[in-house]
Amino acid sequence: MEAAAGGGCGSGQPLLLSEGEQQCYSELFARCAGAAGGGPGSGPPEAARAVPGAVSAAAGPVADLFRASQLPAETLHQITELCGAKRVGYFGPTQFYIALKLIAAAQSGLPVRIESIKCELPLPRFMMSKTDAEIRFGNPAELHGTKVQIPYLITEKNTFKRMDDEDKQQETQSPTMSPLASPPSSPPHYQRVPLSHGYSKLRSSTEQMHPAPYEARQPLVQPEGPSSGAPGAKPPRHQASLIRSFSVEREPHDNNSNYPDEPWRITEEQREYYVNQFRSLQPDPSSFISGSVAKNFFTKSKLSIPELSYIWELSDADCDGALTLPEFCAAFHLIVARKNGYPLPEGLPPTLQPEYLQAAFPKPKRECSLFDSYSESMPANQQPRELNRMEKLSIKDMADFPVPAQDVTSDDKQEQNKTRLEQNKTRLALKSTADEALPKDMSEDPATKSGLLPPPPALPPRPCPSQSEQASEAEIHPQLNRAPSQAADSSPTKKDIPYSQPPSKPIRRKFRPENPATENQEPSSTVGGPASAATGKPHTAVQKQSSKQKKAIQTAIRKNKEANAVLARLNSELQQQLKEVHQERIALENQLEQLRPVTVL
Amino acid sequence: MAVCVAVIAKENYPLYIRSIPTENELKFHYMVHTSLDVVDEKISAMGKALVDQRELYLGLLYPTEDYKVYGYVTNSKVKFVMVVDSSNTALRDNEIRSMFRKLHNSYTDVMCNPFYNPGDRIQSRAFDSMVTSMMVQVC
Repeated sequence: MEAAAGGGCGSGQPLLLSEGEQQCYSELFARCAGAAGGGPGSGPPEAARAVPGAVSAAAGPVADLFRASQLPAETLHQITELCGAKRVGYFGPTQFYIALKLIAAAQSGLPVRIESIKCELPLPRFMMSKTDAEIRFGNPAELHGTKVQIPYLITEKNTFKRMDDEDKQQETQSPTMSPLASPPSSPPHYQRVPLSHGYSKLRSSTEQMHPAPYEARQPLVQPEGPSSGAPGAKPPRHQASLIRSFSVEREPHDNNSNYPDEPWRITEEQREYYVNQFRSLQPDPSSFISGSVAKNFFTKSKLSIPELSYIWELSDADCDGALTLPEFCAAFHLIVARKNGYPLPEGLPPTLQPEYLQAAFPKPKRECSLFDSYSESMPANQQPRELNRMEKLSIKDMADFPVPAQDVTSDDKQEQNKTRLEQNKTRLALKSTADEALPKDMSEDPATKSGLLPPPPALPPRPCPSQSEQASEAEIHPQLNRAPSQAADSSPTKKDIPYSQPPSKPIRRKFRPENPATENQEPSSTVGGPASAATGKPHTAVQKQSSKQKKAIQTAIRKNKEANAVLARLNSELQQQLKEVHQERIALENQLEQLRPVTVL
Repeated sequence: MAVCVAVIAKENYPLYIRSIPTENELKFHYMVHTSLDVVDEKISAMGKALVDQRELYLGLLYPTEDYKVYGYVTNSKVKFVMVVDSSNTALRDNEIRSMFRKLHNSYTDVMCNPFYNPGDRIQSRAFDSMVTSMMVQVC
C-alpha cells in the first residue's frame, strides 16, 4: 500500500519509503484515520464523505500530529500545501506520507521542498523526545509527551477547534494510541493503565521539583469522567510550567502504578505539609486531633459544612471523632482536591486510606527531627512559600484570619492598648494565625513611637501567672513557623526567646526609674490601673522594632505586675476592714443577747 | 426489610425519614408521627428511676392492617421508628433488633462527625447507604 501510495503521490514523483518509515507512517496514518472513522465528535464526516471509499486521516488528529512535531506553524502550512492535502482537500495516504517525510526533512533542517524527501531521512520526530524518535507505543516517554502535548495544543488556537477538554482527557487516557494523534473514541478501559503509567512518571520526575506544577498535573489527569470546566481551565494557566517541568526531567521508571486514582495520591511535599499542619494542631504525631480542633481548622478552608462533613465521613475511617495523622492527611488532601475543583469521590480512594498512607510514608520520626532543626534555622523557608503557592487556597484562607485582627492593633492610644491586651487573650485561640499577624504588625510599628504594646498576639496577656504557658507557646511557635507563615519567621522565634528567659531582669532595670512615677498612680486607680499606668511610660527610645517590642512587652509585664500589686494591696486592706467589721458585729450581737433576756424577763 | 425508617429527635421532630414506596410518603410520615405517642407511653411506663434498666428496644409499638411499627429509643431520647410490611411474616424479633442496632451504630457514627450539629437533619451518605440496605428492594 505504501508503494502504491508512493506511486500515487500528488506531486507525481514516486515516494520511496524505507521499511521503518513505512511501518511508522502506516501506523500513524491508521491512527489518524481510525480516529476519523470511529470518533464520535472528532472525525469530521466530511472527510470521509469527500472521499467515499478511500481512507483518509481526519484533519484534527493530523493537525495534532503535525503540531506535535514542534515545527513552526508556517512550516506546517507549507508542508500541508506541498503534500497536496490542501489541493485535494483531505489527507489521503499519499499526502500523509509526504507530509510526514517533509516533517522529517524540516526537523533535520532541510528546506521544505519536494526534493528534500527524495533522500534518506530519519523518521520525523514528534513530541518532546530527547530520546530518539522511534515512535514507541505505550512507552512512558510518549505518555509524557501526551501530556506535554496537551498544553502545547491549548496554546495554539487554531482552526481545529475540536481541541476541547474531551479530546485532551482522552488523549491522556489512551495508551495504545500514539501520543501524537488524539483519538476521541479511545475505549474507556484504557484509561486506568496509562494514566497510572504516565502520571506516576510525572510524579517521579517532578518529585524533586517545584510543587507548583502539581496543580497543573492534576487537572490534566482526571480519571473520573466528569469534565468539570474548572480543571479544563487550569491547564492553560499552568501549561508553561508544565512544559518546562517535562522538558527538564524525565525518569521513565514506574513506581506506585498499582492505583489508578492519581489525583488522590499524596506527593512528598504535600505529605510534609500536611504533617506540619498536623503538628501545629497537635504536637505529637502519633496521637490524634480531636474533632473540635479539626473542625475549626478545616472550617478555615471555607468549604461548605455539608462538604466538610462528607470529607470527614470519608477520612475518619474508624469513626471515632478524632483524626490520626494518616486520617488527617487524607482529609486535608480531599479538601485540597475539592478546592481545586475535583468532585468528591464516592468512597475513600485506596491511596488515601490510612493503612496505605501509613505504609507509604512511615517516617514521622525523621520528619520530626527535620522539623525541629528546620524551625531553629531562621526564616525565609523556600519550601513553605512553594507549598503556599501549591496549597494557596487553604493557606490563604487561614491567612485571612489575621487580617481583621491586625486592623485593631495599629493604633497608639491607651484605650487601644487596653483592647489589645484583651484581644491578646482572644487571639491566643487563633494559634495558627499568630505568626502571620506578628510580622505584619511589625511592619506597621515603625510609625508608632510610643512603644505601646505592639501585638504579639500569640503571647499570653498576663506574663506572670502564665510563665508556663509562655514556655509552651514558645515551643509551639517554632512549630508554627513551618506552617503557613509567609513572612519572616524570625520574629516570633526571636520574641519567644526573651520570654523563655526570666523576664525579671530587664524588668527590674526598667522598674526603678518608673517606680516613683507609678507609685503615684497606683493608689488612685483600681481596675483601670494597668492601662492608665501605662500612659506616658515607655517612651524609651527604640530604634529597632524587635528591641522596641521587647521593651514594650516588658513594659506590659511590669504594668500587669503593678496592677496585681495594687489590687492585692487593696484586697488585703479590704479584708482587714471586713474582719474588723465582722468582729464588731459579733460583739454587738453578744451584747444584744445578753441584754435581751434581761429585758424579756 | 423495612418499608419506612425514621429517626426522631428528642424534641420529637424528625432528623431523618425515608420510606420506600415513594408515592404516598405522607401516610408513612403520619404513621411515624402517631407512633411517637406510643413511644412516649412506653418510656414513661418504665419508670423514671429505672432509666438504667430501661431497654432500648421497645418492640412492636402497634400493628395496623398492612403494617407493623417497631420502636427503639436511645439513652439520649432519640427515637428510631421502623415500619415493616405485615405480609413479611418471616421477619423475626431478632432481626428487627439487629436492624435497630445497626441503625444505632450508624447514628453514633454520624454523631462523631464534628461537622454534624446535633439537631440537624442527617445528611450523611454512609447513613443513607446503610438505611438503603435495610429497606425493601422494590424493583
